[in-house]
Amino acid sequence: MATRTDETARKSKILQALEDQNTSLTFDDPLANDLILNMGPQHPATHGVLRLLIRLDGETVIGCVPEIGYLHRGYEKLAENCSYHEFIPHTDRLDYISPLSNNTAYVLAVEKLLGIEAPERAQYIRVLISELARISSHLMFLGSLAMDVGALTVWMYAFREREKLYDVFELLAGARFTTSYTRIGGLAQDMTPEVAAMVRAFVNQFPEKLRECEKLIQTNRIFLGRTDGVGPISKEKAIDLGLTGPGLRACNVNFDLRKAVPYLVYDRLDFDVPVFEGGDSLARYYVRMEEMRQSARIVTQVLDTMPVGDIHAFKPKRVLPRKEKVYTKMEELIHDFMLINSGINPPVGEVYCSVEAPKGELGFYFYSDGSGQPWRMKIRSPSFVNLQSLTPMVVGSMVSDVVAIIGSLDPVMGEADK
Amino acid sequence: MKEKLLEKLALKFGESAFETSEFRNELTFVVPANRIVELCRFLKEDPDLEFDLLADLFGIDMYTPHRRFGVIYNVFSMRNKFRVRLKVFVEEENPVVPTVTSVWGTANWHERETHDMFGIVFEGHPDLRRVYMPDSYEHYPLRKDFPLMGIPGSIPLPKK
Repeated sequence: MATRTDETARKSKILQALEDQNTSLTFDDPLANDLILNMGPQHPATHGVLRLLIRLDGETVIGCVPEIGYLHRGYEKLAENCSYHEFIPHTDRLDYISPLSNNTAYVLAVEKLLGIEAPERAQYIRVLISELARISSHLMFLGSLAMDVGALTVWMYAFREREKLYDVFELLAGARFTTSYTRIGGLAQDMTPEVAAMVRAFVNQFPEKLRECEKLIQTNRIFLGRTDGVGPISKEKAIDLGLTGPGLRACNVNFDLRKAVPYLVYDRLDFDVPVFEGGDSLARYYVRMEEMRQSARIVTQVLDTMPVGDIHAFKPKRVLPRKEKVYTKMEELIHDFMLINSGINPPVGEVYCSVEAPKGELGFYFYSDGSGQPWRMKIRSPSFVNLQSLTPMVVGSMVSDVVAIIGSLDPVMGEADK
Repeated sequence: MKEKLLEKLALKFGESAFETSEFRNELTFVVPANRIVELCRFLKEDPDLEFDLLADLFGIDMYTPHRRFGVIYNVFSMRNKFRVRLKVFVEEENPVVPTVTSVWGTANWHERETHDMFGIVFEGHPDLRRVYMPDSYEHYPLRKDFPLMGIPGSIPLPKK
């Protein structure tokens, strides 16, 4: 049982950390005073349960301590007690804005551990769903950033587009939000021509719809005033703090895992990595807008060049058999029974595999002891790491800009808290 | 890149200074705790290697009498597009590892998380508070001897 003194000690520890931001100010004005502001965890603009302790001098932020862990569900502990297949639905709940990216990242890591590869068609579909997830995530970013600075219409426009994507996901995976679409060595089910037609219809009209959103805010004086030069971070500082994804590319660093360490079939596709200068909220906005266009480009290419064929690797001891065969064939029934009950039993060893998720580098580390459950699984979640860059971004800006800076960093607490 | 790295390390730290293993084209070095900062600084600052991004840092509980806990550093070079893994093992009685926050700023939260989950102490860390669990929490959830269902009563309910 925690006593009252524990509680006081805990509070003073956090406050102590805030005080330690190494600020020495002299006040000429007797009215000037420091104020500690507690923002969150239940705050509509923090995109989840992020708590910030902000130290203010007037309206200027002079210290900021993010406190996370309000959505900690212990997924890494859970993974140690799940078989490799069982964990796939949990990956939906990490970055719940783009579950398909997480599904892909997870199975790629398991496949690397097993030393198997999904067939080509499955790889193309995985690229397609990752890029659709990226569009979906960046649309969320666009809507919420615009709303954070006061433009509600863009939110409606962005969500209209996301709705179309959710319809695609529903038809493709059977669920709108929690897709769990990938399987080790393949996919849950093949993409039907109907889905392909829907995706094509979506990407054909998408650039124009994106332009509509841009027209509303890109030349809007309020939007520019709230983002231009707000929350800057230098290139060196960003790398030092491990910032990845659009946040890093907004600091003029051309680093994208799709190009740097090509996985799936990205090396066969033609796309650009948008890079902007400035490292401020506006640059982060520009990077994401351009990334959506590039994603649409990738999706078109994938639809054009996707081969036909099987979507499951032929590894009966590793890959779950098709359900219809389980019901009719003896061998498949035995394999299904063994895979479900004892797991896939990968070789002893450790691997790390990462993908360029919408928020940054999303990686899974596995330490296998040869049994059906991982001995240790570590999620390298981009939001957790990116949130560390929040402090240098907000220090020196106005208190009202904190909201816009969080919006431009686009953290998802489900992923940051694991 | 791999040959160059091994050659450079042999030149700087002597032949077979670290246990090296490779699995699925991923290099892992086991480093003594007292040399980790030196090695990290060398990897980051050497102009040919330039491992500028600490992608991840986390703990592992091997649950063995000797070398019980490990700290794993996942280091990436953006220029050479090469990843290495460094491992430091510590004993159960005295799990202390020097901090690498002076080399990579991002290690700050990663080390806090490792401390939170495994109780490993990072010597010289500027702000070693828990990240996920409450500060008054007494257990370390990712240790293998911590039950999956949690420990009843270990987190007090809010007072009415």
